[in-house]
Amino acid sequence: MTSDTLLKNGRAAAALLAGGIGSLMVGLLTTLSEAVEFVGPALNWVKPVGPLSGKTTLAVIIWLIVWVVLNKQWKDRDVEFDKFALISLILLLFGILGTFPPFFEIFM
Amino acid sequence: MEITFREWWGIIHGLAFGASYLLAFTGGLLSLYSLKPEFLTAEGLKERIKRLNIWVTGMAVIAWATVITGTYIVYPWYRATPPEGTTDLSDYPRSLLLSIPEKAEWHKFGMEWKEHVAWIAPIAATVVAYVVMTYGPQLVKEPKIRKALINFFVVAFIAAAVAGMLGAFITKAAPVL
Repeated sequence: MTSDTLLKNGRAAAALLAGGIGSLMVGLLTTLSEAVEFVGPALNWVKPVGPLSGKTTLAVIIWLIVWVVLNKQWKDRDVEFDKFALISLILLLFGILGTFPPFFEIFM
Repeated sequence: MEITFREWWGIIHGLAFGASYLLAFTGGLLSLYSLKPEFLTAEGLKERIKRLNIWVTGMAVIAWATVITGTYIVYPWYRATPPEGTTDLSDYPRSLLLSIPEKAEWHKFGMEWKEHVAWIAPIAATVVAYVVMTYGPQLVKEPKIRKALINFFVVAFIAAAVAGMLGAFITKAAPVL
């Protein structure tokens, strides 16, 4: 592979940042569902599964949309990879925090 | 010795996919970590990339299969509401756990965390699979991307491990029969 054919880092940054945002959405919707009374019932998209169906489906939809948009913007560019990789990792970890019961119970 | 239909699904969801996920994670992580110029010849790189593609794609597919079967097949049996007046709650694990004060935390903490955190694993694993498939051999020249992928890979594993371990404990406390 020559340097002429090397891909720019934008595609990787877009995928990572979108993944971080998708993870954050899982955590955010989990917390919102506990904190705001109408959110849980509004996310009850598949009755036997309950609000989990809406929370996770919506998070996946947002993740995919963000990914498509970012990829379109960045795919042929070099971006500040270190910065976006760090932000992505932080968002990923915030996503996990948002699903942690002792955390979201603070807002109940 | 009998395994019910629901238990079979529990085994597929937790044991078959869970063990495969662990295998794919180990293979993928080692392949990704060792993707360094000093470790590889041109011929070795081709072979390594092929193998890495299989591991990371496998991990992402297994992660999706695990959360989808867990959420849409096993979980509805777990959370089903017993009919009014039911005294034997063994077919209703969630209600059974909540009815026993010493076991209620398995639902309130265990299942509440498991059912949500598990969904972070396939998202992170898909990101890793996409970047590996897209960049291929170029990754050997991209230490920053490799490092970011390893971080995502490890977080994907931690999310799945938390969900898997809690699932095993919850199944012990109140199995889906």
